[in-house]
Amino acid sequence: MKTRLLVGTAVLAVAALALTACAGTASGSTSGGSIKTLTLAEAQKATSADDFGGMAGLVAAANKEGHLNVITLPPSWANYGQIIQGFEKKYPGIKINSENPDGSSADEVAAAKSQKGQSTAPDVFDIGTAVMNQNLDLLAPYKVQSWKDIPDDFKAADGTWWYDYTGLMSIGYDTKKFPKGIKKLDDLLGSDFKNAVAIKGDPTQANEALSAVAMAALQSGGSADDIQPGIDFFQKLKQAGNFLGTLPTQATVASGETPVVIQWSFNNVGWGPAAGSAGNPNWKTVVLPGTGFGSYYNQAINTDAPNPAAARLWEEYLYTPQVQNLFLAAGAYPAQLAAMKKAGTVDTSVLAKVGDAPSDFVQLSADQAAKASTLLTAKWAAAIG
Amino acid sequence: MTSLAESRGVGENPRRRGVRVGTLRASGAARGAGPGVAVGWIGLVPFGVYALLFLAIPAVLAIASGFFTVDGAFTLANFDTFADPTTQKDIIGSVGLSAVTAVVGAIAGAIICYALLSMRPDGWIRTIVDSASSVFAQFGGVMLAFAFIATMGNTGLIGVILNGLFGDNTYTSPLYTVPGLVPVYLFFQIPLMVLTFMPAMEALKPAWGEAVATLGGTRRTYWWRVGIPVLAPAFLGCTILLFANSFSSFATAAALISQGGLISLDIFRASTSETVIGHANEAGSLALAMVVVMVVLMSAYGALQRRAAKWGNR
Repeated sequence: MKTRLLVGTAVLAVAALALTACAGTASGSTSGGSIKTLTLAEAQKATSADDFGGMAGLVAAANKEGHLNVITLPPSWANYGQIIQGFEKKYPGIKINSENPDGSSADEVAAAKSQKGQSTAPDVFDIGTAVMNQNLDLLAPYKVQSWKDIPDDFKAADGTWWYDYTGLMSIGYDTKKFPKGIKKLDDLLGSDFKNAVAIKGDPTQANEALSAVAMAALQSGGSADDIQPGIDFFQKLKQAGNFLGTLPTQATVASGETPVVIQWSFNNVGWGPAAGSAGNPNWKTVVLPGTGFGSYYNQAINTDAPNPAAARLWEEYLYTPQVQNLFLAAGAYPAQLAAMKKAGTVDTSVLAKVGDAPSDFVQLSADQAAKASTLLTAKWAAAIG
Repeated sequence: MTSLAESRGVGENPRRRGVRVGTLRASGAARGAGPGVAVGWIGLVPFGVYALLFLAIPAVLAIASGFFTVDGAFTLANFDTFADPTTQKDIIGSVGLSAVTAVVGAIAGAIICYALLSMRPDGWIRTIVDSASSVFAQFGGVMLAFAFIATMGNTGLIGVILNGLFGDNTYTSPLYTVPGLVPVYLFFQIPLMVLTFMPAMEALKPAWGEAVATLGGTRRTYWWRVGIPVLAPAFLGCTILLFANSFSSFATAAALISQGGLISLDIFRASTSETVIGHANEAGSLALAMVVVMVVLMSAYGALQRRAAKWGNR
């Protein structure tokens, strides 16, 4: 009985091998004989499209997987709605599952850990630096085809992570309500801004809210090393009765409940006229003069990605000039912007509209971010309480 | 960026009328006619497995996480958060908000039940109130928050009217503070009370009223000596259910107040923070604090119930 089973298995295995070999040669011969079929474990370790035998091989492998799990990508955030649609149009064989669009970077890591080994685990991350640095072991090294176009200080040398885009901290406001506009940060302390100014959550939880405090610090004589003046600014704002402790959304901006929102430029742009009927047609985005504040988010691939080829294809797709221009159109400056300007692949009409990236803006180093969060933990609640 | 799935936890299903403990307990005579003990245990298995998988295990895991660092080493450091004035303030805020909305919700709901008692049980008013309550008791999260922003927000209906009458900026919406959540929570607390308390009210037998009248008692005597003592355990049970419902509420509060002030928001902040790294397991110790509050409350209720049973036997 046992031997017969063994023989049977062996026959099956040989047949399977022969069949896959046939399939391999067949598809190989149609596209130049270079496509490689990788196992799941091999694909999860692929460090470039070449490991699949080039882009054609990567596309074939991704199509075979048929799915891609992305996480925490709100459609109105940096044009991700259009970017996801564009991918599904370009690769109709791959269906994108967009999980927990409004979650945080910490939620991405939690999902990768808790769903490890399951088909629903996230394939790719768009992740903030502070959370990422604590979880580098979750990231699989990979280099997109245009790797050389990403500046050296925008990427890990081994390919574990690389910058995708940055916004600048900006003030969005309703021009109908504030026709005089906003020229400097202290304008917001005026009595006409009563109950008007909101930020994107609690700075001890959300990076975007922390960035608003950091921007206020830079505008008020503070620095990346010392954001206390930013906390002081929000305390004054609160005392003036101008700070609005609710969470702004596209809906509250459209309804007028949050007439001033300090957030990433790509979100202010995305909630304004660019959003069409869902946006507020009178929404204006200003980046205050002086040193700007930005923060690059990072792209990375999950080591245990259930769809490793689709994950890698998604990254290749994000770093095509078309998609980099889509980021740019939302006011999110993409990592390859400098190279694209040089190569002439940047959409100049879009660039003219959103304005060139500032040559210098501050972003927090890991140490500065840790220092800022310690300070906020100690001081923030009391300042706005 | 917040995760806005509504999670009201305890008391999720107002149809689960388990609160009518005391008043409607099956009589001893009926018990003999039921199935055998063994069959009873088998019948309990599906619920037991369900409760174990979806209540007990997650609760134990969540609380246990409070005793470990993010890297898995045993620690008591996560309990340092209770020395933080913000955490203390937020626990008081949560307990206060839950107590106020539970008591006000319970009294308002009981009054509605009393009014409904005089209606025909199959009449259209009872039917409408009953089905409306089932819907509103479940209405929560971002939708409820936005409904209140549209009415009570700075640019909402009330604000527009008041600012129109008394000049711009006279109205400051109370919605974005912890006390401002009281009217919002009552919107689902009162219907929940109606749903859970109505069966107890219905169990009052007209014959008891007639008996009191025959013995020369007034309407007031009836309520004081019969109605209220009979209903008290169910009323307290329902109030505790409302407390738990409000205590564990998260999504509505998260949509309205972004700067914290409640323990459920602190758990969210600790477990999802992008900026304060390495404190995620404080969520576990905060969860333990919530359990402790509920245990204290349930024990007090249990003691009260035993007292009430004694009076009943006298």
